[in-house]
Amino acid sequence: MSEAIDKTPYQPPVDELGPGQTSYTSITDKITGIVFTRNTPLFWFISFAVGFLLLHGLMIGAPYLLYEGVGIWGLNNPVGWGWAIINFVWWIGIGHAGTLISAVLLLFRQKWRTSINRAAEAMTIFAVLCAAQFPLLHTGRPWLAAYWLLPYPNSMAMWVNFRSPLIWDVFAVTTYLTVSLVFWYVGLIPDFASFRDRAKARIVQIIFGFLSLGWRGSAFHWERYEMASLLLAGLSTPLVLSVHTIVSFDFSTGIIPGWHTTIFPPYFVAGAVFAGFAMVLTLMIPLRKVYGLYDFITDRHLNNMSKIMLASGLIVGYGYFMEVVIAQYSGSIWEMYMMRNRMGGPYGNYYWALILTNIAAPQLLWFRYFRLHPIWLWIICQFINVGMWLERFVIVVTSLHRDYLPSSWEMFSPTIWDAAIYIGTMGLFIILFFLFVRGFPIISIHEIRTLLTKHK
Amino acid sequence: MHQEEESSHHGVMAQFDNPDDLLAAARATFAAGYRKLDAYSPLPIHGLADAIGYKRTRLPWLVFCMGIIGAIAGYSLCYWTSVVDYPINIGGRPHHSGVSFIPITFEVTILFSAMTSAFGMLIANGLPHPYHPVFNVENFSRASSDLFFLCIESEDDKFDLDQTTAFLQSLNPQEVSHVER
Repeated sequence: MSEAIDKTPYQPPVDELGPGQTSYTSITDKITGIVFTRNTPLFWFISFAVGFLLLHGLMIGAPYLLYEGVGIWGLNNPVGWGWAIINFVWWIGIGHAGTLISAVLLLFRQKWRTSINRAAEAMTIFAVLCAAQFPLLHTGRPWLAAYWLLPYPNSMAMWVNFRSPLIWDVFAVTTYLTVSLVFWYVGLIPDFASFRDRAKARIVQIIFGFLSLGWRGSAFHWERYEMASLLLAGLSTPLVLSVHTIVSFDFSTGIIPGWHTTIFPPYFVAGAVFAGFAMVLTLMIPLRKVYGLYDFITDRHLNNMSKIMLASGLIVGYGYFMEVVIAQYSGSIWEMYMMRNRMGGPYGNYYWALILTNIAAPQLLWFRYFRLHPIWLWIICQFINVGMWLERFVIVVTSLHRDYLPSSWEMFSPTIWDAAIYIGTMGLFIILFFLFVRGFPIISIHEIRTLLTKHK
Repeated sequence: MHQEEESSHHGVMAQFDNPDDLLAAARATFAAGYRKLDAYSPLPIHGLADAIGYKRTRLPWLVFCMGIIGAIAGYSLCYWTSVVDYPINIGGRPHHSGVSFIPITFEVTILFSAMTSAFGMLIANGLPHPYHPVFNVENFSRASSDLFFLCIESEDDKFDLDQTTAFLQSLNPQEVSHVER
């Protein structure tokens, strides 16, 4: 009994803002101060430099690929989809957390999302841009591929094949990019106005003046603005679910063992949430420290995001389990062989590494200690980032490398160009993200102000 | 109403330092019979627009209609290209593969309605609007960070520079200023 008394009593959840932010002025100063400063942290320069270095993988790899062709990749006959599709799905999945935070959590009235949604949305857009590189480069000659990617009246009078999931992908990803970009920009308009009014240099005033579209904070404008934000959130929610569903159709409509299952759409969407939150934390934990954003990104944020990761991770684990069950239950020798080969075949170590990184490591998040200690949390997120890549590797390569006939079996080994272009997109992502951090409001200022009203 | 004042002044503006005072002042002004007024704040304030005569926006209906148009457009695109304009037998599947057309239909629906929400809001708000007389008020640059303003515009039938200024003074503002055009 004494133990029960020693336990701290139930505490209501901490507020969305830390104690340091007490006025509209302090909030505006803090967030605009990240951009309007002469003291850019050394961390920013180092990160940008690392990003720029990595970007060379893409800057050298992509032109060489366009010159030489997709043969520079490790693709072979059964494994026609290698790293390109793995990386594509990996990046798209990462992007999903941004929309989930900005749209789904808005609809669920989760106020704590306010301080992370802007950066997460930026991450979405940059991740989708990185993802788009892979299918485009995989076509080998993207400028010649336009007629079968997009429906436009061309000289051959041909149209795209609307029965193909790859075309659904084109529509899903372009719609997703467009809507995310517009949603993001709409959110930025009032904050650009704050930047315009805070800027000292004339040129900066003009730039942010243009970007803010002359926003003046009229009550009538706010009313329609809020309505538009709500509508966009409501429309983005089914959109984000549809995008990864359609990405999973790329696999599940195929008659390849291990791909042809109905568990794919929900399990891909859960995986996207899982991966996305891991990437949000990967970026936000260092940013919080460097820019001293402890009042905005509190322990409560880390805790909540960890819980979402844990929950979506468990769904992903259920997905892996169901894959095994479905393979056995199908009674199909190809399906059963595929699953045995996936676990114990030549790529078995990838499968078990996947289980370790994606299923075992996140179980630490059951413990409050790991949820609230940024360094541990960051390390767990790295496991997840790697694990989600391994997941796609396992799905793509182990299903393809053993074709129906043993005469068509072949091992897949990536080349340096696979790696160069992948690393290059990471550089692109880092560069875009840190440019965003340097020049844009990384936290939604006007939404944070509404939290203060509640605070009082 | 004085023509001269109306042409040289956009209106009279009162400044507050918190949303509650602004809301109270907005209600008082509307109750006093002023109809052409606007309030400016760094954050959305619940009930403020309604207090100064806001008419509910028809944006959701427009978005709904554009969504339906998007759905029809998406499906028609698939149908017309695959069935009417250039039917090709692909893997023996029917020319009119209705289920396969659903993802495109869905995406185009979302695209049309989302674009309508965003651009419809901007058009209804009259943005972009680079120059506006309210920016001439000295402290107005803080309307995007920590100050709140109520403006009675000179187009209002009851507007009289001196009387309106006196009226706003009575609402306990921090400051009242004339908005030059």
